[in-house]
Amino acid sequence: MKIKTILAAGAMSVAAIAANNAQAGAVLDGIKAKGFVQCGVNTGLPGFSAANAEGKWEGIDVDVCRGIAAALLGDANKVQYTPLTAAQRFTALQSGEIDILSRNTTATLTRDVKLGLTFLGINYYDGQGFLIPKALGVSSATELDGATVCVEPGTTTELNLADYFRAKGMSFEPVVIENINEATAAFFSGRCDVYTTDASGLASIRTTMAPNPDDYMILPEIISKEPLGPAVAQGDEQWADIGRWALAAMLEAEEYGVTSANVDEMKSSTNPGIQRLLGVSPGMGEALGLDEEWAYRIIKQVGNYGESYEKNVTAKLGVERGLNALWTDGGLQYAWPVR
Amino acid sequence: MSKTQNAPGGVRSKTVVDYLNDENVRAILYQIIAIGLVILAGWYLVSNTLVNLERQNISTGYGFLDLEASFEISESMVQYSAQSSYATALLVGLLNTVKVSLLGIILCTIIGTIFGIARLSSNWIVRKLATVYVEIFRNIPVLLQLFFWYAVIPNAFPHPRDAFEPLPGVLLTSRGMYMPVPVADNAYTLMGIAAIIAFVAIFLIKKWAKKRQDETGQPFPVFLVGTGIFIGLVFIAYLIGGAPTDMDIPELKGFNIRGGTNVSPEFLAVLIGLTVYTSTYVAEVVRSGIQAVPHGQWEAADSLGIKRSVALRKVILPQSMRVAIPPLTNQYLNLTKNSSLAVAVGYPDLVSVSNTTMNQTGQAIEAISIFMSIYLGLSLLTSLFMNWFNKKMALVER
Repeated sequence: MKIKTILAAGAMSVAAIAANNAQAGAVLDGIKAKGFVQCGVNTGLPGFSAANAEGKWEGIDVDVCRGIAAALLGDANKVQYTPLTAAQRFTALQSGEIDILSRNTTATLTRDVKLGLTFLGINYYDGQGFLIPKALGVSSATELDGATVCVEPGTTTELNLADYFRAKGMSFEPVVIENINEATAAFFSGRCDVYTTDASGLASIRTTMAPNPDDYMILPEIISKEPLGPAVAQGDEQWADIGRWALAAMLEAEEYGVTSANVDEMKSSTNPGIQRLLGVSPGMGEALGLDEEWAYRIIKQVGNYGESYEKNVTAKLGVERGLNALWTDGGLQYAWPVR
Repeated sequence: MSKTQNAPGGVRSKTVVDYLNDENVRAILYQIIAIGLVILAGWYLVSNTLVNLERQNISTGYGFLDLEASFEISESMVQYSAQSSYATALLVGLLNTVKVSLLGIILCTIIGTIFGIARLSSNWIVRKLATVYVEIFRNIPVLLQLFFWYAVIPNAFPHPRDAFEPLPGVLLTSRGMYMPVPVADNAYTLMGIAAIIAFVAIFLIKKWAKKRQDETGQPFPVFLVGTGIFIGLVFIAYLIGGAPTDMDIPELKGFNIRGGTNVSPEFLAVLIGLTVYTSTYVAEVVRSGIQAVPHGQWEAADSLGIKRSVALRKVILPQSMRVAIPPLTNQYLNLTKNSSLAVAVGYPDLVSVSNTTMNQTGQAIEAISIFMSIYLGLSLLTSLFMNWFNKKMALVER
């Protein structure tokens, strides 16, 4: 009897294992079933993703996830956030712990191809810079030979830093600390001469974490291209499409001048582009596997790209649009047409 | 159910049920099933992982080890630059782990032994101070202690511009401790050889002295003579080598102090944190080891007129070692494994470098498998050594 029980249990576990191996592919189905989007964000980078005083996440990266939730689930608040360090982020996405990574992440060939990611677009054009104490008496990055540099590990920043100093024939000593709070604390305590990350991040660190922001300055050199954007794991194309076009819809809304305030009036616009975007003339939503109001909800609940930028980046960090202005204003932001 | 049922002499042929009721057959059967389940679970995990990686188009394999790492590492015991391969980077991390673990093991043994003995001191203040030390540092998680030391060190010392110079050439700064080092010269190789010769000589003298003491009871001052031989030989080698005096003295150049050798705050934080934490456990091991030696041993030594300090060194400690070595091994293993927490304060140990590697290459499973097997190897080596040492100590028993 005993033996039979054991054998039966064994057989059952084998069956269970075999069944499990058959593997669900669709991230999208999972999101619909659980009713929210699991969004990987920064552990705390004001302007991009940081929890505010009430514990609500805000930032330009957070708005991407909110926009997608509004389009897919009808409510921008149906998002749960997983704060991740630079080193954790890709594993979290690959393992399916998060559905989407929206954490000021630079799109590169290696990440796209070897890590099995799909970048959905670029929501922030950035470049790497250097933050120094004014007391250092340096006015250009070319004078940094021999400096000690604080940097987060596992970032493109770390690689660009080595490349830049190598190319200039200069030496430096890295101090590599994973947690951004520990790393900035080390910098402000004088452990490093220089802190390096994307220029937007430096602005965020200078204005929100420095004991006295006026004692610090960002050097004029931008040493790299850092196109930052949200990414999903390869393997669920429909999910990637929804994310890609939610991002595009926010940009196109700005191009058309559709904002969260006027989106209801805009529904009666005669502009065929706006009619397509807001679902007045149907077809776009159906193509994505959504209803026709998908973009309307994004704009109504989250706002267009410009609104998100104003609210998060300009207001919190004092960083102007620059490269992130619309192409019509001399910037690089250029939405793929929703048609 | 009992064996007697199947005892030899039974006339009827055995059925399958009879076999299954045999205790021995069952024992084997259970083990086969257990092994089968383990293999099945392992196979399931591996194949599932491979399928998932394949599905997500994530590349696998160890080929990345030959690629250029292109990140810098702050401290390295071997030649390393951003152009070196990932394999070299991992080697740098491994050596840094070994460096901090070995030094930590040596220091925590010394400090722990002192505090362990102090815990049993007849002096009230010494005893209480040792107790306070042990109880405080044993009861705070080691990670928090690392954070503590890392917060203290950069803030406790001045910026390199106004470095604190307690000795000429030694600079204490928020970037660590800088010390002068002699400029490389052939004399130093010669001195190294002389040191090895001195060690061999001391070993032989020690053997001879022990034999003589066993035969005649005459003690021989091995320590004094040995020190003399060591210093003398090395000094002679130094003179033969031409007595070089050039030193590489650290001094402020640009932003940083250049020259000499630097002990970084990250290394110091990890070393101090691990040493202090583990030394409290070592202290307890030593204390319990001493207390495990029967009090009669003290009294016997007393009655022979042996001084208390000599009795401790020659009578009590050797006996307590036998009790102490196995738990001590555990503490050494813990220290080595805890050194992986170094990643939290930015010391480029094996985990830190592996983390960066896995993040830059995306080869998470490969990188983790590498550092897990290395830690396993390190721990097994430590165990092997300590088991050998334990055996050696046990043999001395009279």
